Amino acid sequence: MADAQNAPVGSTTAGSIAVAAESTVATRMSAPPSFDVADFPVPHGREEEWRFTPLARLRGLHDGTATAAGDGVKVTVDAPEGVTVESVGREDARLGRAGKPVDRVAAQAYSAFEQATVVTVPKETVLTEPVRVQVAGQGGTCFAHTVVELGAFAEAVVVMDHSGDAVYAGNVEYVLGDGAKLTVVSVQDWDEKAVHAGQHNALVGRDATFKSVVVTFGGDVVRLHPRVEYAAPGGEAELFGLYFTDQGQHQEHRLFVDHNIPHCKSNVVYKGALQGEQAHAVWIGDVLIEAAAEGTDTYEMNRNLVLTDGARVDSVPNLEIETGEIVGAGHASATGRFDDEQLFYLMARGIPEYEARRLVVRGFFAELVQQIGVADIEERLLAKIDEELEAAVA
Amino acid sequence: MATLEIRDLHVTVEADNATKEILKGVDLTVKQGETHAIMGPNGSGKSTLAYSLAGHPKYTITGGTVTLDGEDVIEMSVDERARAGLFLAMQYPVEVPGVSVSNFLRTSATAIRGEAPKLRTWVKEVKEAMERLNMDPAFAERNVNEGFSGGEKKRHEILQLELLKPKIAILDETDSGLDVDALRVVSEGVNRVRESGEVGTLLITHYTRILRYIKPDHVHVFAGGRIVESGGPELADKLENEGYEAYTKGGASE
Ligand SMILES: Nc1ncnc2c1ncn2[C@@H]1O[C@H](COP(=O)(O)OP(=O)(O)O)[C@@H](O)[C@H]1O
Ligand SMILES: [Mg+2]
Repeated sequence: MADAQNAPVGSTTAGSIAVAAESTVATRMSAPPSFDVADFPVPHGREEEWRFTPLARLRGLHDGTATAAGDGVKVTVDAPEGVTVESVGREDARLGRAGKPVDRVAAQAYSAFEQATVVTVPKETVLTEPVRVQVAGQGGTCFAHTVVELGAFAEAVVVMDHSGDAVYAGNVEYVLGDGAKLTVVSVQDWDEKAVHAGQHNALVGRDATFKSVVVTFGGDVVRLHPRVEYAAPGGEAELFGLYFTDQGQHQEHRLFVDHNIPHCKSNVVYKGALQGEQAHAVWIGDVLIEAAAEGTDTYEMNRNLVLTDGARVDSVPNLEIETGEIVGAGHASATGRFDDEQLFYLMARGIPEYEARRLVVRGFFAELVQQIGVADIEERLLAKIDEELEAAVA
Repeated sequence: MATLEIRDLHVTVEADNATKEILKGVDLTVKQGETHAIMGPNGSGKSTLAYSLAGHPKYTITGGTVTLDGEDVIEMSVDERARAGLFLAMQYPVEVPGVSVSNFLRTSATAIRGEAPKLRTWVKEVKEAMERLNMDPAFAERNVNEGFSGGEKKRHEILQLELLKPKIAILDETDSGLDVDALRVVSEGVNRVRESGEVGTLLITHYTRILRYIKPDHVHVFAGGRIVESGGPELADKLENEGYEAYTKGGASE
């Protein structure tokens, strides 16, 4: 089901569905997951997990030369009543439960942070206001770790905003108790020189619902691993993503949904628009249905809209199925150029070209934005998309 | 009075790495209030004429002139042509995912009229126009042409015609693929616009069927990329009885 309609030169849209006895998702990585950076060799760039990444632009996050320096980032947590926010040391038992780092940069972050932030929403606490986390880059280099934990039947929306300039390697863990409902929106709206790498691990409890919305606009290099694992049956995960890759930017989203438990659901939808020379978006969507995970229902999709020449997309959905006893599994990936026929139709109705482009791109994202379910975030994102498009037209 | 003048129009397209001349000298004058039927066999270049007038980028004008009230149309961009008063109801309207009909219509009306229509009167205007075309109000919330049936697409084109009130309307096979009921509804829509006396209509069709509902003042036979015969409504009757053979056999078409 991977298709590439009038895909731009050089872009790739691969895709595979493998029915295998043993997963290759793990064996494709150059080292097994570990908390310790020393367990990972320094990447040279040809490894499967690094082959799309411009290592030279990671500012030393991958080879040990980056050290915490300067004012890295300023973190402000604005939480409604009932939520606890703590700064804890490395030995705190609540850290590291949602999964180990899977690559050297994530392990570097885990090995180097000094204090972690733990945000706890106690059981049965239903928040009516979002928890807002501001990560404001101050120009330095910073390693960070954040845990967001929801007790059983708690409900929360967490918005993490990244802005300013920084070299930032930060991992985030989401731990959802039974029946909990968590929506997290991570917005990467960095200044143009920033570098951001991180692993987002969710551990979804029994009948819990996890919704992740990853929105990447800014930065020189942004490379994120949104990952989901289930702790018990009945869990549901929705992973939405939206990126707008401009000239010279590298934006890489590497997803992994591990259906390790029976009767869980996942739905992945990532959409990106690209414009300008050397704009590069990478999307890797790994979904593994383990032998034990009967009753799994999963779907993943990546769509890219290439607005100008010179931009490149690498989109690789990869679905591995170790049991046939499932409800459904599918994937789709498509990368297409901006459709001139759509443009002609709108312009033939008097609509000026820049406005016609705006309508089409807004339409492309609107469908996804409407599924976020947090009104002020939806409005903010649509406004931001307009801003990106206006910048392009100017 | 608005006048569209086409003089000796030559148009080429790029196909299979070759340049192919499709229009080979088209001459036609359409005045506000008049209805011209252009009839011709498939492949004779009717849609090419329509798209070229609207400014589709695939078609290259290699010779001749097109003016609207003396203004050079060929120099205008696609959106400028529309704002100058040209309207093309397309044979194959394009799907625009994620853009609702209501948003599209309002954006378009704002562009054509030069200012955003007042919301209250606009909503009423759209609702009434949709009712006249037997369109379900829910239609407004659907994405432009996405999943529309053939008939719905054509109604949607005529809805735009009614709302945008162009000086010159080019209707490219608006009748094709319609059942008799839909054909009647769509034709009535076109006639409402014609009755204003303010639109010049270029009705492109392969069949004479639609001419029972929309009465042309002039009928032109189109073959081999040009107008090969012009006459009054009686010419349509001749085509009805004799078909296009007389025009295609003579080598006028290819
Ligand atoms: N965009 C195009 N690309 C290549 N060939 C085209 C294109 N449009 C039209 N043609 C060719 O031009 C000729 C006339 O087509 P068209 O204008 O669609 O005729 P009609 O509308 O009368 O059926 C045909 O031979 C067709 O294949
Ligand atoms: Mg045609």
